[in-house]
Amino acid sequence: MARKVIVVGGGLAGLMAAIKTAEAGVDVDIFSLVPFKRSHSLCAQGGINAALNTKGENDSIQQHFEDTIVGGDFLANQPPVKGLVEAAPGLIYAFDRMGVMFNRTPEGLIDLRLFGGVKNRRTAFAGATTGQQLLYALDEQVRKWIAAGKIREFIGWEFLSAVIDDEGICRGITAQDLNSMEIHSFRADAVVLATGGEGMIYGKSTNSVICTGSAAGAVYRQGVPYANGEFVQFHPTAMPGDDKLRLMSEASRGEGGRIWTYKDGKPWYFLEEWYPAYGNLVPRDIASRAIYKVCVEMGLGIDGKNQVYLDLTHKDPEFLEVRLGGILEIYRNFYGEDPAKVPMKIFPAPHYFMGGIYTDWNHMTPIPGLYAAGECDYMYHGANRLGANSLLSAAYSGYICGPNMVKYIKGLKKSADDVSGRVFDQEKKRQVDIFEAIYRMDGTENPYTIHEELGETMITHVGVVRYNDNLKMADEKIQGLMERYKRININDTGRWANDVVPFVNQLWNMLELARAITLGALNRNESRGSHYKPEYPERDDDNWLKTTKAYWTDSGPRFEYEEVDTSLLPPRARKYD
Amino acid sequence: MPEFIHLKIKRQNNPNEAPYWEEFKVPYKPNMNVVSVLMEIRKNPVNAQGKKTAPVTWDCSCLEEVCGACTMIINGNVRQACSALIDKLPQPITLQPLSKFPVVRDLKVDRNVLFEHLKKVKAWVNIDGTFDLGPGPRVPEKERRWMYEISRCMTCGCCYEACPNFNAKSSFIGPAPLAQVLRFNHHPTGAMDKEERLNLIMGDGGITDCGNAQNCIEACPKRIPLTTAIAKLNRETIVHSIRRWFAS
Ligand SMILES: Cc1cc2nc3c(=O)[nH]c(=O)nc-3n(C[C@H](O)[C@H](O)[C@H](O)COP(=O)(O)OP(=O)(O)OC[C@H]3O[C@@H](n4cnc5c(N)ncnc54)[C@H](O)[C@@H]3O)c2cc1C
Repeated sequence: MARKVIVVGGGLAGLMAAIKTAEAGVDVDIFSLVPFKRSHSLCAQGGINAALNTKGENDSIQQHFEDTIVGGDFLANQPPVKGLVEAAPGLIYAFDRMGVMFNRTPEGLIDLRLFGGVKNRRTAFAGATTGQQLLYALDEQVRKWIAAGKIREFIGWEFLSAVIDDEGICRGITAQDLNSMEIHSFRADAVVLATGGEGMIYGKSTNSVICTGSAAGAVYRQGVPYANGEFVQFHPTAMPGDDKLRLMSEASRGEGGRIWTYKDGKPWYFLEEWYPAYGNLVPRDIASRAIYKVCVEMGLGIDGKNQVYLDLTHKDPEFLEVRLGGILEIYRNFYGEDPAKVPMKIFPAPHYFMGGIYTDWNHMTPIPGLYAAGECDYMYHGANRLGANSLLSAAYSGYICGPNMVKYIKGLKKSADDVSGRVFDQEKKRQVDIFEAIYRMDGTENPYTIHEELGETMITHVGVVRYNDNLKMADEKIQGLMERYKRININDTGRWANDVVPFVNQLWNMLELARAITLGALNRNESRGSHYKPEYPERDDDNWLKTTKAYWTDSGPRFEYEEVDTSLLPPRARKYD
Repeated sequence: MPEFIHLKIKRQNNPNEAPYWEEFKVPYKPNMNVVSVLMEIRKNPVNAQGKKTAPVTWDCSCLEEVCGACTMIINGNVRQACSALIDKLPQPITLQPLSKFPVVRDLKVDRNVLFEHLKKVKAWVNIDGTFDLGPGPRVPEKERRWMYEISRCMTCGCCYEACPNFNAKSSFIGPAPLAQVLRFNHHPTGAMDKEERLNLIMGDGGITDCGNAQNCIEACPKRIPLTTAIAKLNRETIVHSIRRWFAS
């Protein structure tokens, strides 16, 4: 039998990992909740970073490296970040050759724009739908491999767990067909999770509703540590909304957008005043805290609500259409006002998880054969991610993970085909039992209501500003929700395309991860990047320059900490004013 | 302000059972859209008669009208449910699944054929590999703009739903993939496989099956210039067939 790789996830990271594996001659099966074209990567708007240095600004790979490390407040291990920024130009060129419709300079070269936390133009973009265009390009390449028979797709399948043999090695997965509801096990010599972010843990966020983090939660419960969970990025500029907090890309500020509110009856450009060196383009954690301060602490939000203006009205409408058309359309469609004429109303929203599944620098988790790549890993962004760096890290991690898996497979003494069927049957039975128990849930609680309350708890107490008392309260509340979970009524016992039953399964994984995030935040008594505690306002390198590793136990997460590799750039104060 | 949002939903338990209609009354809140109303129903799955019922099944993901998942027929028009704002819709609001694709359950349909068609027309640039060979070909910004317009197609199926020449039995490849052929044939590297793509769309189910009804362009939520693209492609296939004839 051919030695095979399973990729879970059809976003940028998963598709890139699959292509690289197929290029190395190894067969791949990709599992995804949705057709690849509908993966969350397509929501990315602003762009992707690479120090192409085509703007005469002396940009360099070293500068990209330093901006990323400083932006992440020194929490990222530095050698992997070095690899990321070095590969970036080559990756952009590969996307360019695939036909991505990047905006062009008058000479037909890839144009670059400015993003937050940097001073050079470094962000390649395709209008304001860059993620969509990159994802579609990979989707097209994967389709070519599918037509050639090298890649197979399992669309509408949900990963449930890794199959781990008696030696502790990952030999495949279990997954559920979301139409027939059948659960099967699949053999593979290497498995990579590229399952994206976890925005749904916060209820409403900028993420797609399929971003539950359930896959990460599942392997966390199987013994893989969850790293740096407490670092959650709040994007400063999202439209407030009842069902979703729709993002207005940082590109809007990169192209000249200004943030303001009224003070003493006059427009007040507080970011420009507080941070003259970077102005509206300070990193996201800083901008979010500033907006939070202006609205919540100073009470200066527009119309007395938690919102300030993001203003593009001084820009030429045609310029805006060509460079930001995609997000203007979203604002017009959902808010009914034209950002070219009226300033947009925005407020910070949960957006990106710097933390994630713990892996080594080859992207392998402590379970041999099980890898993680993309937003679901924890590798590149430390305590705060710079804008336009995560399309890059998603693509890059897939890019190196593919060949790493191929190398690992070549060194295996025994293939998954030689592993006893009992191992697969047992894991499958464990999952079937879990789901049968869910089908029998006939209590009084509604799972979607529990989820809503989880989101409210997280956003209120584990948000932009954190207090230890509130974090403790949040953990108690989550445990309360876990109790109520046991009294769920699933309302739908159908055995065909049942949406509720998989959601109930995801919900438990979300609750487990929510505890790891909350308690990680409670433990970390310092302020670093996105994690801010007024009671401990300074970064504390002596005690906290370390990676958090949460291990699942019956009685809640157990924490270990690990040194950060700062061998390339000694930690220094992080300043943007 | 109305107290309730009144919905009539065409439901179906599975592909083999007959469809039926069920009505719902959901408490009104301002700024809701069809997706957020469906989300309310699953928090309290009770129909307009006050009877407990199964929550409605439907597809959705991004909620910003870029993923295409939540496409359905709302008050008779094909569109995305997330951007269908309740305050702008006359009531009762009727929701139906797309009619040209097999129903999976309720409002969820199987649109796999859309992706199969993209495969059929080889909608990709045939690169040798993802390794670093330096930048791709230069592209004039003017050219890029129209190609970008076409490459925003989210494969939602609206143009198929609106097209009188596409149905479950016809072999017509549909409007969206034809526009993709035009885009890939004009990309400097994609153009190297131009003849092959043209051959693929000149046979049965190809471009000549387009009846020029022009419904697709009206239905496209991204306002992709589908009819212009198809007309242009049509001229190119004619030139190509004449060349082919001379070569034979
Ligand atoms: C609104 C928005 C705008 C953004 N803009 C930018 C930007 O301009 N620049 C930038 O660099 N970054 C941006 N980001 C971040 C960036 O988009 C993401 O971090 C990145 O796309 C993640 O890619 P991924 O491949 O890791 O995951 P995703 O694209 O989320 O893909 C996850 C995949 O996993 C699958 N999956 C998940 N769980 C399971 C399961 N249990 N079983 C089977 N399949 C599963 C899904 O179906 C999906 O295919 C933005 C994010 C948001 C929310």
